[in-house]
Amino acid sequence: MEHRKVLVIGSGAIKIAEAAEFDYSGSQALKALKEEGIETVLVNPNVATVQTSHIMADRIYMIPLVPEYIEKVIEKERPDGIFLGFGGQSALNAGVDLHSKGVLEKYNVKVLGTHLEGIEKALSRAEFKKAMEKIGLETPPSVNATGIDGAIKIAKTLEYPVILRVSFNLGGRGSIIAWNEDELVKGLDKAFAQSKTKEVLIEKHLRGWKEIEYEVVRDSLGNCAVTACIENLDPMGVHTGESVVVTPAQTLDNREYQEMRSAAIKVAECINLVGECNVQFALDPKSYRFYVIETNPRMSRSSALASKATGYPLAYVSAKLALGYKLHEVKNSVSKVTTAFFEPSLDYITIKMPRWDLEKFELASASIGTEMKSIGEVMSIGRNFEEAFQKSIRMLDIGEPGLTCGSVYNSGMKRNELEIALKEKRPYWFLYAAKWFKEGYPLEELFEILHVDRFFLGKIKNIVEAYEEYMKEDDPGMEKYTAMKKLGFSDHQLGNRRGHTEPFLKQIDTLAGEWPARTNYLYATYNGSADDKKSAENGNRLLVIGAGCFRIGVSVEFDWSAISLVESARKHFDSIALMNCNPETVSTDWDSASELYFEELSSESILSIYRKMRFSRIAIFASGQIGNNIAEELENGGAKLFGSSAKSIGGAEDRDRFATIVDRLGIKQPRWTSAKSISEIKKFIDEVGFPVLIRPSYILSGAAMKVANNAEEFERFMERAAVVSRRYPVVISKYFDSSVEAEMDCASDGKNVIGVSMQHIEEAGVHSGDSTIITPFFHEKGVKKKMNEAALSLAREMEIRGPFNIQFLIKDGDPYIIELNLRASRSMPFSSKSVGINMVDYGVKGITGRFDWSEFYEPDHKSYAAKSAQFSWSQIKGAYPLLGPEMRSTGEAASMGTSLNDALLKSWLSINPNRIPEKAILLYGSPGRKDVEDCARSLSDFDLLTLKGAEASNVEVKSAEEAIEAMREGEVGMLVTQDDMRSTDYSVRRTAADLNIPMVLNFRLAQTLAAAFKDRHISVKELREYW
Amino acid sequence: MSENQAYLYLEDGTVIEGAGFGARTHRYGELVFSTSMNGYPESMTDPSYKGQVLIFTHPLIGNYGIPEMISENGILENFESEGIKTEGIVVSEATSGRRWNGKLTLDEWLRNEGIPGISGIDTRELTKRIREGGVLSCVISNAGKMDDPFTDLSRKYDTNTGLIGSVSIEKAIVYRGRSNKTIALVDLGVKHGILRNLLKSGYTLARLPHDCTADEIMSYDPVGVVYSNGPGNPNTMKVESDSLAAVLEYKLPVLGICLGHQLSIAALGGRITKMKYGHRAVNKAVVDMKTGRGYITTHNHGYACYTQDMPAGIEPWLVSPDDRVVEGIRQEKLLSVQFHPESRPGTNDTHFIFSEFEKMVRNGT
Repeated sequence: MEHRKVLVIGSGAIKIAEAAEFDYSGSQALKALKEEGIETVLVNPNVATVQTSHIMADRIYMIPLVPEYIEKVIEKERPDGIFLGFGGQSALNAGVDLHSKGVLEKYNVKVLGTHLEGIEKALSRAEFKKAMEKIGLETPPSVNATGIDGAIKIAKTLEYPVILRVSFNLGGRGSIIAWNEDELVKGLDKAFAQSKTKEVLIEKHLRGWKEIEYEVVRDSLGNCAVTACIENLDPMGVHTGESVVVTPAQTLDNREYQEMRSAAIKVAECINLVGECNVQFALDPKSYRFYVIETNPRMSRSSALASKATGYPLAYVSAKLALGYKLHEVKNSVSKVTTAFFEPSLDYITIKMPRWDLEKFELASASIGTEMKSIGEVMSIGRNFEEAFQKSIRMLDIGEPGLTCGSVYNSGMKRNELEIALKEKRPYWFLYAAKWFKEGYPLEELFEILHVDRFFLGKIKNIVEAYEEYMKEDDPGMEKYTAMKKLGFSDHQLGNRRGHTEPFLKQIDTLAGEWPARTNYLYATYNGSADDKKSAENGNRLLVIGAGCFRIGVSVEFDWSAISLVESARKHFDSIALMNCNPETVSTDWDSASELYFEELSSESILSIYRKMRFSRIAIFASGQIGNNIAEELENGGAKLFGSSAKSIGGAEDRDRFATIVDRLGIKQPRWTSAKSISEIKKFIDEVGFPVLIRPSYILSGAAMKVANNAEEFERFMERAAVVSRRYPVVISKYFDSSVEAEMDCASDGKNVIGVSMQHIEEAGVHSGDSTIITPFFHEKGVKKKMNEAALSLAREMEIRGPFNIQFLIKDGDPYIIELNLRASRSMPFSSKSVGINMVDYGVKGITGRFDWSEFYEPDHKSYAAKSAQFSWSQIKGAYPLLGPEMRSTGEAASMGTSLNDALLKSWLSINPNRIPEKAILLYGSPGRKDVEDCARSLSDFDLLTLKGAEASNVEVKSAEEAIEAMREGEVGMLVTQDDMRSTDYSVRRTAADLNIPMVLNFRLAQTLAAAFKDRHISVKELREYW
Repeated sequence: MSENQAYLYLEDGTVIEGAGFGARTHRYGELVFSTSMNGYPESMTDPSYKGQVLIFTHPLIGNYGIPEMISENGILENFESEGIKTEGIVVSEATSGRRWNGKLTLDEWLRNEGIPGISGIDTRELTKRIREGGVLSCVISNAGKMDDPFTDLSRKYDTNTGLIGSVSIEKAIVYRGRSNKTIALVDLGVKHGILRNLLKSGYTLARLPHDCTADEIMSYDPVGVVYSNGPGNPNTMKVESDSLAAVLEYKLPVLGICLGHQLSIAALGGRITKMKYGHRAVNKAVVDMKTGRGYITTHNHGYACYTQDMPAGIEPWLVSPDDRVVEGIRQEKLLSVQFHPESRPGTNDTHFIFSEFEKMVRNGT
């Protein structure tokens, strides 16, 4: 084709509703471009992604996704084409901005794929509605409003409940159900604040209607294929990102399916789609009536899901179509014989479930609805509904062993309590539904509450009944046991009534077996009689475990590790397989490794595949905490680990054992004790005094780790921790609350170590995942030397092979070790990219051989790097924005620079909604804090306001009400504060979150940023130019 | 649902056990598979499935039950014929869904119609076997073990004779349209979807028995003639091919669908061969190789004409990009398609074929 160089825009830091699915789709687009010999330039500040490695893109710019920076890249690189459809709404918005500012025209950059006119038609709700009317498709009764009074009138005529929808939204933000006028007015406030166009659509709420999505591909000749139909189990009113969904659709008859399919094609034609879009419908469950809800003219979360569910690589095909290929000219990359011009047929069921982490957010509303709040998702595959459904519950990794015998199922919840939980739409409704059936309450009454199709409720009931029946038998026998496995029960659920049977491996081939598949995209099922794939008899074969469901603390960085691991281990193995269950990821792309097992990551399922397929080694260090938690079970089950042994891992995970080793090596650590009883803890606290850090073993992202500042906080925590960590003692240590925190990402061959050390801007007490991290390490040389020595002696003592991470507190010139993680870490993509190496690659070298240096080696830092945390405060309704030892950020962005200010400013500006304030800064802190004053001085170039009761001196004081009013009026450009002051400023912080006002919740960060604001030096360079 | 033991005996001697549902009886047929994921009521009443035992590759069948039959002037809106035409069905799981527009579950419907079903089968494995070894004769029984299922298995089920007769009509039926001008349709086992689409044109429709002669057809003074879909081997259908060849001589607009398409190609001198395992799906593209324009279509056929077997001097119009099956030909007076433009089950993307035919009829009169 005629293009020489194409610019691809990524989606930036991960936030709720814009997650790793765009790493996957962007990576596929880059792959498709590469195949054509087209040079690729990627703009994406998300350092943790796979796509920001040079294996995918030729040239990478980690800069904020705003027109002024992207223009500099365009000016420098002179691409002739641009892809806007692979970086979510962020990329589309950036594209629209670049176009309206005339940048694309100025440099003659052609938008490839769907043209901007079509995109704009799809994005403006009002225009979309008009366009639908023109082509004879119905949209839900709705009226556009631009003012509060008008909106109230309109809502009255439509009758409550109504939904408010805002244009240019993301993840349903600004989409709110109002049941009465009061709620309407509140919602409007928020909606107008988030709408770029300041328009809102008031729409009749279609209570109980089904929500159905189609994925359409269309080429420039107008040829269309509808590659997937996704059915939401949750009815309209629950965001699709919050819904349990099944593919293919299960309850649609031919007429429903085809009429909506035809409508989806008409929508695609109407926006002159070239590439891929999804179209959402609402379907009346009691007639053939349906409405078009919306279209996303780009790759989306659902298109990533559809790709994994069907085997049809939507992003890859979409990229080819954008380059001008016709559908029948693109090969079906699974069969390699047939073409991409077909609609996949599935001989299995896939189920997607979302995962929430709402309990990490204090005061957050715990009900789900029109706005997306889930952090991650999983997809399961089975040959019946029950099997897939129970698998996906386990994949969520929320401690539920399946639909039965979990925390709700075994609870004493009464009918009225269940009804409340279900009506309030608490996360994981199916757990309450299972309990409902266990107690024998009628299906029809559950249907009236949930409006989930009776077919699905019947299936849930079936699982519960089978379980209750089975558990009544003392010795059910093999036949009944096998029947239970077919319904997706894990051995854990069946307890001592288990037998033994192995699952069969089936292939996903896009064509329901009609043509042979050439790829090894596999899943396990008990509903079969034969395998599609036989194990190789011999050969050195590695199984790599992915990180499963993303959650707070485990995200795309582990996918980067998994892919890096596959790439570096290739030369050491005859073949490498990946096992994972997260549909958003690159690692679940079926050609990332030689085989893909799309499966749950329990020891039962990992071991059954390991044994069945005769793997030689298993790598767990890219799986977040999942692998470390089951390392011992895997070894006991006969698996050989690739990397540190289960014994080494246990030595780091068990806080008691670890602290003993650290003492033995003479490395400093905060005073600690391992307490098995409350009295032991109290004795310790009496000695060292508050604050103390309390944590159970085996944690990631600070779950159930807490700083207790006083006796009351301590008591509260102990109630919770006791539930979390029955099996392990609680370790309690002295906590230094203003010391500097540092960490090292390392790899070892058992004798020698490579390490990159990093420093946190925020003081200890802010979780490392929420901190701003910078390199090189700036503290005095002696400290760093001691850290390096600690890393080396730990690696030798614990026989570490592979990647690891150490966290330190720096106090009075001494590093105190607080944590060792024997696995790839969250910061590894950042530390690696900051110096131009790949730490996982070194990890593999350390496992398979020896390093070619002795003792400790740290690569040279030729530039500065900074990594900032992305929060999703505005999506988590009601949550109190606060930094602390529990992680709450959802993603991260990073930049490199020629100075610290350069790197930090770009990295901070890459975070949504950060921008350099053009209006006043609202600055305040708890009374008596000296650093508020320091901040006020550093930020003296800006207009400052402060909050009454927490004021900075010599600054204009506002009451909370006045401050909120100022924010609403657009007079506040940034909020700076620190500490938990919820009794003073809850509504102030919440308003800032709801209005997307940038927040800096730490004074040290604010001061460092102040310098960067002053400097305003920005370099725009390709990643390699910094190395 | 009754959980009785059921058996599927294949001509190669294989016995597959499963759970029986539907009628407790046994039936012989050719074992074929469809990859359509829904639309089972339409598929099962498609007369082209006469003589065949149908495997559904999608594992759950029956989720939305069976709708009440809606009929308007003798033409069905939501089924393709008055009763189940498949000899039996093979599924992984038969579900007992039911919803607002129907009372029957899949199991109840099969019972009422006297058709056996077998579930609990690894349908993927069975499908792969057909893909590799070709279609097989079989007998499905959920009335207990059969004493001697394999003897004469292929004789008892013979694709070559008698199938169209059993699904066509005995006497002509005339559906009055707004216009007195008549389109004649030779019913080789026609789907009601085809009748509905033809009647939309406003012409009167004369639906004629499969073995009617050209003279009988011409006695209706038709402005166009349609040869419908139907079951069986086109190479054995002497009467039907003769009538079609004769009709073509009259230079009337002719539309051939599926079996009708095959007979048309044969009449022009092309070669029709049995496929290893046929096309039975709703997800297949057909592409106009000259313009690159294509459509997703419904297929149900076990015989085909491949591009190299086309009659001399005739170019295919539409082709399957996957395996070069001739999917459509367009001549001045002949339009014929291998796929099902009426769909049901399947996409609505090719309803325009009927309008094209209507145009030919209008221009020809």
